[in-house]
Amino acid sequence: MRNMWIIARRELGSYFISPIAYIVVAALIALTSNFFSLILFFSREATLRYLFSNLTTIMLFVAPILAMRLLAEEQRSGTIELLLTSPVNDWEVVWGKWLASFILWLFILVLTLIYPFILKVYGSPDWGPIISGYIGLIVVGGTLLAIGVLTSSLTQNQIVAAVLGVVFTIGFWIVGGGSSLLSGPLASVLNYLSLSQHINSFYQGVIDVKNIIYYLSVIFGALYIATRVVEIRRWR
Amino acid sequence: MIEVEGLTKYYGDFPAIEDLTFKVNKGEILGFLGPNGAGKTTTMRILSGYMPPSAGVARVSGYDVFKQSLEARRHIGYMPENVPLYGEMRVAAYLDYMGSLRRVRNRRQRITEVMEKVNITDQADARIATLSKGYRQRVGMAQALLHNPDIVILDEPTIGLDPRQIIDVRRLIRGLQGEHTVILSSHILPEVSEVSTRIVIINHGHIVAVDTPEGLTALLSGGERVHIELRGAPPVEKVVSALKALPSVNKVEPGERAGQFLLLYEQGKDPRPLVARTIVQNDWDLLELHYTTLSLEDIFLQLVVNEEEQPEAA
Repeated sequence: MRNMWIIARRELGSYFISPIAYIVVAALIALTSNFFSLILFFSREATLRYLFSNLTTIMLFVAPILAMRLLAEEQRSGTIELLLTSPVNDWEVVWGKWLASFILWLFILVLTLIYPFILKVYGSPDWGPIISGYIGLIVVGGTLLAIGVLTSSLTQNQIVAAVLGVVFTIGFWIVGGGSSLLSGPLASVLNYLSLSQHINSFYQGVIDVKNIIYYLSVIFGALYIATRVVEIRRWR
Repeated sequence: MIEVEGLTKYYGDFPAIEDLTFKVNKGEILGFLGPNGAGKTTTMRILSGYMPPSAGVARVSGYDVFKQSLEARRHIGYMPENVPLYGEMRVAAYLDYMGSLRRVRNRRQRITEVMEKVNITDQADARIATLSKGYRQRVGMAQALLHNPDIVILDEPTIGLDPRQIIDVRRLIRGLQGEHTVILSSHILPEVSEVSTRIVIINHGHIVAVDTPEGLTALLSGGERVHIELRGAPPVEKVVSALKALPSVNKVEPGERAGQFLLLYEQGKDPRPLVARTIVQNDWDLLELHYTTLSLEDIFLQLVVNEEEQPEAA
């Protein structure tokens, strides 16, 4: 566990040395504040529901970018060799990498707290859906980043990792869409697997433990596979 | 300290190393010498716990590098070929990171010590990406020594350095003797013979020879030798003194296994008939008596040629 923190700390430091974190954070804040003001202007509702769902869609693209470097770059530069010959378990490496990107995501979410604060100053928002919405954003962001870590483990090329990651996150997002064309057990399985089927209730103010378990299992599953990929790479 | 038995590694169908067996004793500096592609890096990677072998066992400080990998890794300092480092980090911060992963106690003090030892104190705050090859190599060395490991594994530690830097690195490696058990690989003969206490020569994934630098030099300078194997391992001192008393014999050494001996003699004065007679007179059972083949020399030639082709400063 301690190794996980040590690795995550170094990785966070690297995020803020390279321009990528600054660019992504700035772009996210610019986009969300634009959405926030537009939505507020047209709906005149003290809600963040629409903003949350826009932010989730943006994260389908941004999470793979935040995660693309994590394992791919170590594999390209060869630094993974020194990491994997340190007394550290492979899973600690993978989880540490994910944790760094997750902490960055939490940091971005903290910056967005300005929006509910504005709503509070100028209106009387319903706090229930805002709190549950943030919980939803935390878990869905963590899930998308875990998928990004998985695609980063598959290649030495960051761009390939990012593109593959976007294909995965979008694929996972829309896989339930086909269920309206199908029927029977296949439709419900696809529907269940779809990342998007589990998020809306959070934005509507419902915290369903089943949905949290769903996202946590995708995180564990993706990082488990990534760990196995790192392990298999040792054999070659 | 390091025991390697029947170590084999296949990449697909291609055998990178096959059936390697050797030992490194505590405090030794073992040179692993071979041309490019001989399997040196593969062996180093297996010993460091980076890569599992296809067959065979490697034990480091008594721990199996595959089955007890984490334990073994705690006792190893490793510098991979070409020294991969995080370019965006500063030297001291990087060493702090590696030190914390290895649970180095009194970390700050230890980092200061190690930086002094490898002479990079003046670059402590420099970003690794801006360092010259020589400095990067020293950071790699500092990282390998940080946790004061029993065993230090250095893969091509002087590749790409200029002659002065090479001398520095050699001095550094020699300074490790006694405190650490060192295994270093190189494709350059003088490189290895200058710092090592013993040399393993590897070619096409097989061990060709194991010897002291003196033994190899004798062989190179035309000294000749006879390999003897006796059954039942008779007392070593007796055999050595009996054979040494023969005319034209310069040196007798016990070999790798019990009952094996190596005999160096003056060029052109083949002592084999005398050796055979002595052995029979002493009532020892002679299993093998032969004159070492010349294939070693071919490999030496190849190595020497390789070195000459290498530019002195890269």
